[in-house]
Amino acid sequence: MKETGIFRNTLLGLSFILFVGALYLIFVYVPTEEGMGIVQRIFYFHVPVAWIAFLAFFIVFLGSIMYLWKRESKWDVIASSSAEVGVIFTTLVLITGSIWAKPIWGAWWTWDARLTTALILWLIYIAYLLVRSYATHEQQAARFAAIVGIVGFVDVPIVALAITLWRTQHPSPVIFQGGLAPPMLLTLLVCLAAFTTLYSLLLIQRASIKNAEGEVGKLKELCS
Amino acid sequence: MRFWHKAIAITWKDTLSEIRTREIIFSVLVFTLLVIVIFNFAFGTSQEMMALVAPGMLWVTFAFAGVLSLNRSFILEKEEGCLEGLMVSPISREAIYVGKMLGSLLFMLIIEAIALPIFAFLFNLPILSLQIVIITVLTTVGFVAVGTLFSALAVNTKAREMVLSILFLPIVAPIIICAVKASDSALSGEPWSSLFPWLRIIGAFDAIFLVVSFLIFAYVIEE
Repeated sequence: MKETGIFRNTLLGLSFILFVGALYLIFVYVPTEEGMGIVQRIFYFHVPVAWIAFLAFFIVFLGSIMYLWKRESKWDVIASSSAEVGVIFTTLVLITGSIWAKPIWGAWWTWDARLTTALILWLIYIAYLLVRSYATHEQQAARFAAIVGIVGFVDVPIVALAITLWRTQHPSPVIFQGGLAPPMLLTLLVCLAAFTTLYSLLLIQRASIKNAEGEVGKLKELCS
Repeated sequence: MRFWHKAIAITWKDTLSEIRTREIIFSVLVFTLLVIVIFNFAFGTSQEMMALVAPGMLWVTFAFAGVLSLNRSFILEKEEGCLEGLMVSPISREAIYVGKMLGSLLFMLIIEAIALPIFAFLFNLPILSLQIVIITVLTTVGFVAVGTLFSALAVNTKAREMVLSILFLPIVAPIIICAVKASDSALSGEPWSSLFPWLRIIGAFDAIFLVVSFLIFAYVIEE
């Protein structure tokens, strides 16, 4: 118990340092992008948050499979905590994207491929969280959520494929084609590290709260 | 082929009960007709407008009809305690899934077979073509593949009707997009080649979700 406390505090400290560094890099160090101006700086938060949201849903998928296979509540705790963090991160992606889109595209929202995919993704995992609250008991909630976690994640590539064929307006990824200047890449990587630590921290924190809730529930049952 | 005998027996049971009660097909058809009429109020009746919104209208109507009829599929089983009966009988869970899925597929196709001519009749559009029929059949397979899984899940929760639509609609969003776009091409008389990219995605969706639902259906009804 004590060791996880130390681990969590280390993560907290690490993510704090990384975020301070990231803010310095974004606002002071990195040069302003030529075409878009100052608003482009939101990219350094937007892209890592989007990646981590995907990672979170992948963890939901793995946790769901493991739960159905092993039936240990720890897998469900991991999956559902990750889904909650993933929904928050997807919300952030939609918000930061809109802030960027308003000056660049002239509208908060367009039905572009990736925006729409993110929105559908968000709706699927909202449904995941809703199913849990509609279940009649704890094990059923875990089992049903696991099914949605698997089906939802399998759906993601098809959603992306269909919507991409439907329309594309989002700037195409420049990151893997070496189209990013070195200072920008550095800033992006630091931001990515910062959000990855934040995600791990939130996941561990949420899972431990859920475990505590489970313990309290068990104790209450014993007393009544 | 014992598996198929059992699955078909379940489909036959559903068909027989549907023939006697006419609970699903008839009410969903009335619902479909109502949606068409309401859309008509919303979009007006000019021919150009119709040609523009018809593909979307068609698929919104069928998606809603699908939610409605798939909901009934397991509510009937649950209310009469039939699901417990099925589960204690020597039938694999997978056979139950295939049987129920084929039953829902049959009902949906009958509903669509009646609704499509009504569409064509009311809106004066060339809806009755081989292209539209193929799009409809493929998309409906996708609907019932996912829908049967979620219907069995939803029926055990506290808010049955709501849960199915909340789960079903975002998951089938990609095939609704493809069906709308493909129908759009078909209605404007474009050749098969322009439909092919959309049909391919619908086909992939069908194949993937038939397999996934088949594999995890047992976990839905295990209590």
